[in-house]
Amino acid sequence: MKTKSLYRVLLTLLLAFWVSSAWAANTIKWSMQGDSLTLDPHAQNEGPTTMVSRQIYEALVTRGLDMSIGPQLATDWKATNPTTWVFNLRKDVTFHNGDKMTSEDVVFSLLRAQQPSSDFKEYISTITSVKALDEYTVEIQTKDPNPILLNQLSNIFVMSKKWATENFVIVPQNWDAGQETFSANNAMGTGPFKITLREPNTKTVFKKNKKWWGEVQHNLDEIHLLPIANASTRVAALLSGELDIVTDAPVQDLDRIRSSGDHKVLSIEQMRTIFLGMDQAADKLRSGNTGDNPFKKKEVRQAFYQAIDIEAIKEKVMRGLSSPAGIITFPGVTGYTKELDERLPYDVAAAKKLLADAGYPDGFDIELRCPNDRYVNDEAICTAVVGMLGKIGVNVSLNAQTKSKHFKELKDNQGDFYMLGWGVPTLDSHYVFHYLYETEASWNKVNFSNAEVDAAVRVMEGEVDLEKRNAAIAKAWKIVKDDIAYLPLHHQVISWASKRSVDVPIRPNNEPLFRFSNKRY
Amino acid sequence: MDSQRLTLLSRIKDSDIYFSFIKSPTAIVSSVILVIIFFCSFFVEFVAPFNPFDPSSLSLMEAFTPPSWSEKGMAKYILGTDGQGRDMLSTILYGSRISLIVGFSAILFSLLLGVTLGLTAGYFGGKYEMIVMRLTDVQLTVPSILMALLVDGIARGIISRELHDEMAIYVLIFAIGISEWPQFARVSRAATLVEKNKDYVSASTIIGVSNILIMFKHILPNIMRPVLVIGTIGLALAIIAESTLSFLGVGVPPTTPSLGTLIRIGNDFLFSGEWWITFFPAIFLVLLAFSINLLGDWMRDTLNPKLN
Amino acid sequence: MVMIVVAFVSFSLFNFVGDPINNMVGEETSDEERDQIREDLGLNDAVHVQFLRFTGNALKGNFGISYQLRRPVSELIAERLPATLELVIISAIIALVSGTLLGVYTGINRKGFLSDVILAISLLGVSLPTFVIGILFIYLFAVILGVLPSFGRGEVVDLGFWSTGFLTLSGLKAIILPSVTLSLFQMTYIIRLVRAEMMEILQTDYIKFARARGINEKSIHYKHALKNGLIPVITIAGINIGTLIAFSIITETVFQWPGMGFLFIQAVKFVDIPIMSAYLVFIAFVFVMINFIVDILYYFIDPRIRVKSEAVSG
Repeated sequence: MKTKSLYRVLLTLLLAFWVSSAWAANTIKWSMQGDSLTLDPHAQNEGPTTMVSRQIYEALVTRGLDMSIGPQLATDWKATNPTTWVFNLRKDVTFHNGDKMTSEDVVFSLLRAQQPSSDFKEYISTITSVKALDEYTVEIQTKDPNPILLNQLSNIFVMSKKWATENFVIVPQNWDAGQETFSANNAMGTGPFKITLREPNTKTVFKKNKKWWGEVQHNLDEIHLLPIANASTRVAALLSGELDIVTDAPVQDLDRIRSSGDHKVLSIEQMRTIFLGMDQAADKLRSGNTGDNPFKKKEVRQAFYQAIDIEAIKEKVMRGLSSPAGIITFPGVTGYTKELDERLPYDVAAAKKLLADAGYPDGFDIELRCPNDRYVNDEAICTAVVGMLGKIGVNVSLNAQTKSKHFKELKDNQGDFYMLGWGVPTLDSHYVFHYLYETEASWNKVNFSNAEVDAAVRVMEGEVDLEKRNAAIAKAWKIVKDDIAYLPLHHQVISWASKRSVDVPIRPNNEPLFRFSNKRY
Repeated sequence: MDSQRLTLLSRIKDSDIYFSFIKSPTAIVSSVILVIIFFCSFFVEFVAPFNPFDPSSLSLMEAFTPPSWSEKGMAKYILGTDGQGRDMLSTILYGSRISLIVGFSAILFSLLLGVTLGLTAGYFGGKYEMIVMRLTDVQLTVPSILMALLVDGIARGIISRELHDEMAIYVLIFAIGISEWPQFARVSRAATLVEKNKDYVSASTIIGVSNILIMFKHILPNIMRPVLVIGTIGLALAIIAESTLSFLGVGVPPTTPSLGTLIRIGNDFLFSGEWWITFFPAIFLVLLAFSINLLGDWMRDTLNPKLN
Repeated sequence: MVMIVVAFVSFSLFNFVGDPINNMVGEETSDEERDQIREDLGLNDAVHVQFLRFTGNALKGNFGISYQLRRPVSELIAERLPATLELVIISAIIALVSGTLLGVYTGINRKGFLSDVILAISLLGVSLPTFVIGILFIYLFAVILGVLPSFGRGEVVDLGFWSTGFLTLSGLKAIILPSVTLSLFQMTYIIRLVRAEMMEILQTDYIKFARARGINEKSIHYKHALKNGLIPVITIAGINIGTLIAFSIITETVFQWPGMGFLFIQAVKFVDIPIMSAYLVFIAFVFVMINFIVDILYYFIDPRIRVKSEAVSG
């Protein structure tokens, strides 16, 4: 009798294990360094946060696998006049709780994203009014003609108005004030996946949305997001089969991952250029020892440029996975040309001469500020730069810190010499000039100022004649390149490592789209 | 002068410690290893083949060179180079100097604090003794690593970032030192209690020798043996604590890497085949701690104080 | 008493270390907004009012909101407590059981070859930093052999108030490497302690008498000697748990174990004061409780101590 019941218990346990392992069969286990900061779709405009939101929320329009803009919640749209757009919505869309999605939800979401606590308010600041014309039509008005409205809308996710009202989250979570809201840990979108478990920084479970409106092109039942901060632990977990895909595989481990036989690596040039900034306006460098600002002289900036052996960085630090850059933008962006992307040659002797000509034959002291958890091997690149500048007599001290501190201190104008990376989500050069080169631009921390460039930016914004506009872009690039306003390093290449059986298409914006992903057995 | 040295030598030769030392191969081997490590670390400028912190001597193209005996190795880099082209051997020796400086200073700090408190507590007794012993009890229950993390955490909040990097090493010495002193306090108090009741102390008191003089001139030399044993074992613990904190990323700044920092950096290259970048610093650290522990173990057995 | 001191320390930590506002807001926040947040958080009140409020909140388990994760600290701690406690309990059992067994063995067979090996390994164990062991284990068991998971807790079953990894196969597999890593350091201490204790006891008169009476060796070792040899192990077991909780910080970092130690080390790097102060209060509470329990146990088990402590207090 006793043994019989023991058997029964054992059998039940065995069954439980078998069921739990079978139940996990259609699951992709996904890992990266960080986690989404919040599930509130309008609270934080940040990489991993958007990656997660993208699986559960949808926008009026979206970028597909080829990065071109296409319809999502809107089927079609037209501009009735230069500042008025009308969007027709899909009529078969429901939220995860079964409620129908209508124009009311869209209007609510766009207005929500304009609230003061939203992190997307700058993004759509040109929108002056949003209103529902009928249940499935929405009209959007902008202040001025806006050629990149669709780009901007592709990042504004639509959430349920009813759900938001019921759960007291009609305004976005105020991230900066440390606010805690229902929407931070719960979501109500229309996307192909819904969140069923959320343990921040540990585990997030996405389940397939069986009632999704679109054509299902994936065979997944679940996605488990398991963030792992330490790079080698992440690789170990991938190699031991505990993970299916890592979307930020460390470059040094790619060969090892490839050689395992069960794994593959996908690499793609990312839409991001890494460069160094040199403050050329300050009268005296904060970290210098010369009492003046050597960066005011173009010779010094050029000496720094030519002292950097970018090929060595590419080969040793990036393991071949980078393309040396001549300008801070990349192929595919309006205004990019191969000629502009050519670099000045690496030449230590010339660099030394330039430095001597500028009046600093013995070099000087300077601090280089770097993030250590933002770009691919950021700290290692900076360390290499320190060594290379040492060879022309410049004594560089490295200050590498976590990204939030690095960016905050840059914003506070504390950097003489710093690393930054810039992406171009709009795929237009205007975005780069608007943030990096315009006088007093928000990320123009080198304090570059040139009236001709500023004028060209005005042309980029208002000119509808494409030829004239392109000419302005080309002229602006030539000026900033010749002046060495920044010191470009390379275009970043990102790598995803996964099991061979897992197909998640890689995209240059580093965002996976699991609705196009498959796992074979 | 000469005869004096001779007597000193012969005194050493005749002592039981010397006798048991030459009888113990582990003691000899571990001290030889330690002497070599200490020498190389403290005279690293003369011993190390390169100065890994002189940027002009680095060549990035020679980064990731494997150890010299392997196929792609280069003779001038015996243990290979790291990801920046720094010679591993030199980097390890420089790192070991940082680890040793932190370890020694922390132990010295806790020794001074612990012995002073223990000695005075044992000598004066009373309420003062009670308070000191209560403090050691509380301190003993707080694990060293936690204490060190807390001190470091608080220091990070108080000291600005620029200063923190410069202060980091002092913060670390304080953080590790503060968690080791109760051991010294306990032992020196116990020894003091024994010595205090001996005739020579009573005699000194009667002839009017001051308390301080009695404590430091008469009692102190008699408690040096147990203190030395605790100090040796504590040194190993302090070195491990330092490397652990640096490994966790809250120790010395990466611009002056200690052994723990080197292991943390090298850890990134564990799977990429560049095993030497993490393996050699780790082996070096274990060798160092193991040798100190072996020596400490031998000292404990030889000097045989009642230690638990 | 100790708790009040700790509460005050963690309160000071909360209030005087850095400016919490600066840690919370972004660069675009205006001065008016900063003042508003300051007012909302009650940072403009008198210090004693703030301390009373802090203590009151702490008693209710409210430690404020993490600067880094923007979630209530009490919730974060509650979420991660099970992971750490399961790890620590398993490690404590491993350390105590194997430490005692090996200690007894080496204590009895003083000159054996196996004893020497065990002792040498135990000394090596003290010299190997926990993180090195962890990396070694991951490399060996997860990457090369591929038999055990390298990170996390595996599948956990949520029992409402407690999420446990003990009920799934993957959860059980996941705890092996971290718990063994964590227990090694403690185990070596217990081996040495039990060994020394056994050796001392075997020299005592009553064991000699027992031998003289012709009681067989096995019975002497395990019935008479071990019983007395275990007394110090109880104290050690107490301190052991506290130390294990502290050292779990390292193990959790290496194995990405989603426990409190991992939370704490991230908090230290980010200067996330609310988490740090809550962790401090929690650890202090655990230590006070452990000391209390050990004192009571001691008092009941060892009559000598009962007499002694009465003599001291009297």
